[in-house]
Amino acid sequence: MVQRGKVWKFGDDVNTDIIISGKYKFSITDLDQLSKHAMEAARLEFAAKVQKGDFVVGGRNFGCGSSREQAPLVLKHLGVAAVIAKTFARIFYRNAINIGLPAVECEQADKISDGDVLEVDLSKGVVRNMSSGESYVVKPLPPQLQVILDEGGLVCYVKKHGKLPW
Amino acid sequence: MSKTISEKIFSRASGKDAHSGDIVIANVDGAMMHDGMAKLVMDAFHEMGGKRLWDPSKVAAVIDHVAPSANEAISVVQKNLREFAFKHGANFFEVGSGVCHQIMIESGLVFPGGLVVGSDSHTCTYGAIGAFATGIGSTEIAAVFLSGKLWFKVPETLKIDVEGKLPPMVFPKDIILKIVGTVKADGANYKAIEYCGSTVREMDVEGRLTLSNMAIEMGAKTGLVEPDRKTLAYLRSLGHNPQTGYKSDWDAEYSGNLVLDVSDLEPQVACPDMVDNVKPVPEVEGKDVNQVFIGSCTNGRLSDLRVAAKIMRGKKVKRGVRVIVTPASRMVYMQALKEGLIDVFLDVGCAVCNPGCGPCAGGHQGILASGEVCVSTSNRNFKARMGSTESQIFLVSPATAAATAIEGELTDPRRLLKEA
Repeated sequence: MVQRGKVWKFGDDVNTDIIISGKYKFSITDLDQLSKHAMEAARLEFAAKVQKGDFVVGGRNFGCGSSREQAPLVLKHLGVAAVIAKTFARIFYRNAINIGLPAVECEQADKISDGDVLEVDLSKGVVRNMSSGESYVVKPLPPQLQVILDEGGLVCYVKKHGKLPW
Repeated sequence: MSKTISEKIFSRASGKDAHSGDIVIANVDGAMMHDGMAKLVMDAFHEMGGKRLWDPSKVAAVIDHVAPSANEAISVVQKNLREFAFKHGANFFEVGSGVCHQIMIESGLVFPGGLVVGSDSHTCTYGAIGAFATGIGSTEIAAVFLSGKLWFKVPETLKIDVEGKLPPMVFPKDIILKIVGTVKADGANYKAIEYCGSTVREMDVEGRLTLSNMAIEMGAKTGLVEPDRKTLAYLRSLGHNPQTGYKSDWDAEYSGNLVLDVSDLEPQVACPDMVDNVKPVPEVEGKDVNQVFIGSCTNGRLSDLRVAAKIMRGKKVKRGVRVIVTPASRMVYMQALKEGLIDVFLDVGCAVCNPGCGPCAGGHQGILASGEVCVSTSNRNFKARMGSTESQIFLVSPATAAATAIEGELTDPRRLLKEA
């Protein structure tokens, strides 16, 4: 499936407090309310303006810091189609896949600019930048994560198959 | 073939001959969740059809992140967490018990050679006693609660040798800040770290816990220290009968080796807004400060409180500065009381709070206003972590924090030593 959307570009080391600050995580459990503060510390307008199908693009070490699963959850809840970054912090990466948010490693993520329009075909591992005309290759998911993502996350996987994938 | 500590632990836990790069399904020896993540864990557990825990004796549920509760939303989470723990017979630690990581060590739920997961990124702390311990997300914790198993990629190991005798007023926190500043925030991504060298061997277990705690700030899965006589003596002093655990083979393969001589190390500070933005304290001295926090899973232990009390004893906290002291656990608090440390803190004008996470994660007990500066002994200085997006956090040792509390500005603790 090809997904088309606009890019929200962030830099290196986007940490979990930027994605969703602890001060909100500990006072708001409703995802609708919590998501209003997504990325607030980096871009105040993000939560209000992000559109369903948009892409969040980062540099190195996206999602570093806390193990909070609320970080990928708020992005998914706002309709972000995928997070694309040069590299991911380990816990965020696993968390994203486990809740069904594609986390896509792309060596050339720094060539993508804010506001670019991308067409992403995860099954083929291709990101096309419609604004610059460039194409980027993405690193495929390890197979044991791909099966989880294919089902929309770990909970969905278990609901469908009646057991854990391991 | 020779192996690292990590490879030995994963070989035991998976029943396979595990080497770095292998994907293994491993049996977990312990799993911890706290109030900060409990809602998502319990929701996932129930959605996946969870009826019972795979082994309640190996599960810990801790209320520490916002303890006592600061608002109704977290009160509901904590109520449900209590009921979940009681219903399923898990080990439960009530408000006031302390920071989850300190409790896991003190309670004996972690042991050398064990494989432990937690719903918190600083679960890596337990590497200090030779356990492979790592933070995972809420859904995976729920999956472990169901099955006792999880998949892991056996990590490569970055060996960090620390050599030399620490100068006065320089502490394990300064060492780990220096290391994070050198390795950088993603320098150990997906890897295990093994802290080695004469300085680590000489260091008490509390200091090692400080080193291991911040392994995640370099992206590492865990931060191991080879268990030795000190480790076993420490665990016995807590009333446990520990296993000896594993040592890396002399010819084990490491992905890299960093050697750090600390004999001339100065006190270090991680400046906003990244933990790897580390400078010697003298370069940042004089920064006006509004709040000082002494506590957390990094530096809320007895040795930390002793150093802070020694520096502050007989002085007064600078007017305009609030100092929050939060012992890491009830055990630490009670011992600090016996030693008169709490008297010192109260006498100089600190607010001594109940054991728990304190203001570290922005939940309560010290939220920063716009424009405010906090000097903290905790482990993260990310923007907006402790409050306003326009506040700043500087990470330091308990000695630097204590000196700063007295002077009201970021202060090199060696300065107060000279006066003493």
